[in-house]
Amino acid sequence: MPDRSALFDRLPSAPGVGYKPQHFTAIMDDASPVEWLEVHAENYMGAGGRPLAQLRALAERFAISVHGVGLSIGGEGRLDPDHLARLRHLCGWLNPASFSEHLAWSTHEGHFLNDLLPLPYTRATLTRVVGHIDEVQDALGRRMLLENPSSYLAFAESTWSETEFLDEVARRTGCGLLLDVNNVFVSATNLGLDARTYIDAFALARVGEIHLGGHDRDEDGEGAAILIDSHGRAVAEPVWALLDYTLARAGAKPILIERDADIPDWPVLAAEAARAGVVLNALGKVPA
Amino acid sequence: MSVAQSAFHDALFDSTHPAPPGLTDRRGRPAGKRFDVYRNNVAVSLTEALELGFPCINRLIGAENFKKVAGVFLRRHPPRNPMLLQYGADFPDFLEGFAPLSHLGYLADVARLEQALRLSYHAADAVPANAATLETLPPEALVGVRLRLAPAVRLVRSRWPVHAIWAFNMENGLKPRPGAQNTLVTRPGFDPQMTVIDTATAAFIVALIAGETLGQAHEHATGAAADFNLAAALTLLLGTSAIAGIEPGKTGA
Amino acid sequence: MNNTVKIAALAGAITAALAAHSTSANAAGQEKCFGVAMAGENDCKAGAGTTCAGTSTVDYQGNARTLVEAGTCTQIELPGGRMGSLEELDRDLPQS
Repeated sequence: MPDRSALFDRLPSAPGVGYKPQHFTAIMDDASPVEWLEVHAENYMGAGGRPLAQLRALAERFAISVHGVGLSIGGEGRLDPDHLARLRHLCGWLNPASFSEHLAWSTHEGHFLNDLLPLPYTRATLTRVVGHIDEVQDALGRRMLLENPSSYLAFAESTWSETEFLDEVARRTGCGLLLDVNNVFVSATNLGLDARTYIDAFALARVGEIHLGGHDRDEDGEGAAILIDSHGRAVAEPVWALLDYTLARAGAKPILIERDADIPDWPVLAAEAARAGVVLNALGKVPA
Repeated sequence: MSVAQSAFHDALFDSTHPAPPGLTDRRGRPAGKRFDVYRNNVAVSLTEALELGFPCINRLIGAENFKKVAGVFLRRHPPRNPMLLQYGADFPDFLEGFAPLSHLGYLADVARLEQALRLSYHAADAVPANAATLETLPPEALVGVRLRLAPAVRLVRSRWPVHAIWAFNMENGLKPRPGAQNTLVTRPGFDPQMTVIDTATAAFIVALIAGETLGQAHEHATGAAADFNLAAALTLLLGTSAIAGIEPGKTGA
Repeated sequence: MNNTVKIAALAGAITAALAAHSTSANAAGQEKCFGVAMAGENDCKAGAGTTCAGTSTVDYQGNARTLVEAGTCTQIELPGGRMGSLEELDRDLPQS
């Protein structure tokens, strides 16, 4: 077995931003305070052209986190061997600082649904997810990070809490966790849970990366607010507050600013990253 | 009860299906409209992927119509793998058979042109062949030479003026006039380029793509039009980095 | 065309093409399609709104009633086309 010890620890405990091709020139010109970038694996599985050329150029200057959005780790079916091979190829030539995926499913009977769909937390799904993560880590020869989902509904059949489930998966597979603080806030609001209680229960020692994104507010037709994980606006103030709460317990972590819709010019994202940097710096100056 | 992913999947695509039982809201009641978030995500995200791949079709039929057509397509042809950069390969053929748009006969070929541009954009890189190689060959060997085209080269032949329709929509080109157009897509560097070529040049390139020799390709081209301009065709291919290999043959034609 | 003539034609065309190629790094008359980078397609956002696109029950199959007259196809004015559609012109068909 290849040594996969702590590969995800190669991301610096500093601000990163989700990479968008329209920002290439601005980033190469001056990316500060951003020290690392995250890309969605599936966008770099073409045969060549500008996407791969840009990624090669970025990788010479920045630590890169590869974030998969299509592996369907929570799927009932087996992992798509072709897709796993594509991931292996990408991680092989790029040698990213981190690889992460989601606790979700997106493929069923050969149809890719392009959404991160939820799964119940039961003994059966635990076995399935553990098996899939073992398979991914074996194929890639490295540890991966597993991200907590944003939820809009719950499963009556669940017998584990999400935090217990993630902790158990990490314990059995040796994988790390990617803690999306916005997802915690979204899910807590949508499911009537307390976000801080969720953070308290989370296996923070296993966290190799933190995600921060924006959400939209809607309502569920029953008069209750429902938050949508849209990644289409700035990080909300209550989510920044939840980040403070999290870092006070977890210590410094790599923090990613995510924006996937209504993407602004680079300086807007760099400013959000700078705010994450301020939070990280302040952390070091305050006695724990 | 256990919610099977097949039930979830079926309800995602068919809104006349009720949300699967066993899904609840924050108070433990049936999830109801909350399930619609997932329905919406799937339909919106796949529609956006098609809008990104087929911006000219979007303009031609209008954004509102495009969303409706995409809604039909994505349910009949959901992606078969997670690489959305490949999603929509079936879209041109789908448009060809889609009755409500059958009066717009050119749509499918415009979609084929857009698909060709996207495939070219993501195609493998190639080092342009050294043109001087051709000069080193004795003249009698030229007929047996094979020109290997770069992976990013695509040819879209149409009975419609597809390039003019594309340019009218995407680059404020003139209003399209009737006529067939063959469009060569090449990619010197990273940006696909389009060149309208005549029928003989198209026949020449089709033959090269099929792996025929220079002599054979020349015969196809002059058969299509006696005034075929080989020098212009080669200048075009060399000037757009479209030739990735020059392979001397063993025999003449 | 006999073989000698063909060889001469090929050689002459290649000489001309190489001369043209050496004097201009890039042929004129092509258009760029993606002046800026094409955006990536896969992301992990959720679509805005909870109901719009996924829950419509309108039947689009096999009829045009739900399609409105819109888009630039209405501006493409060529003889014989409904809704501005282009007329097929068989005389311009490439022979293939």
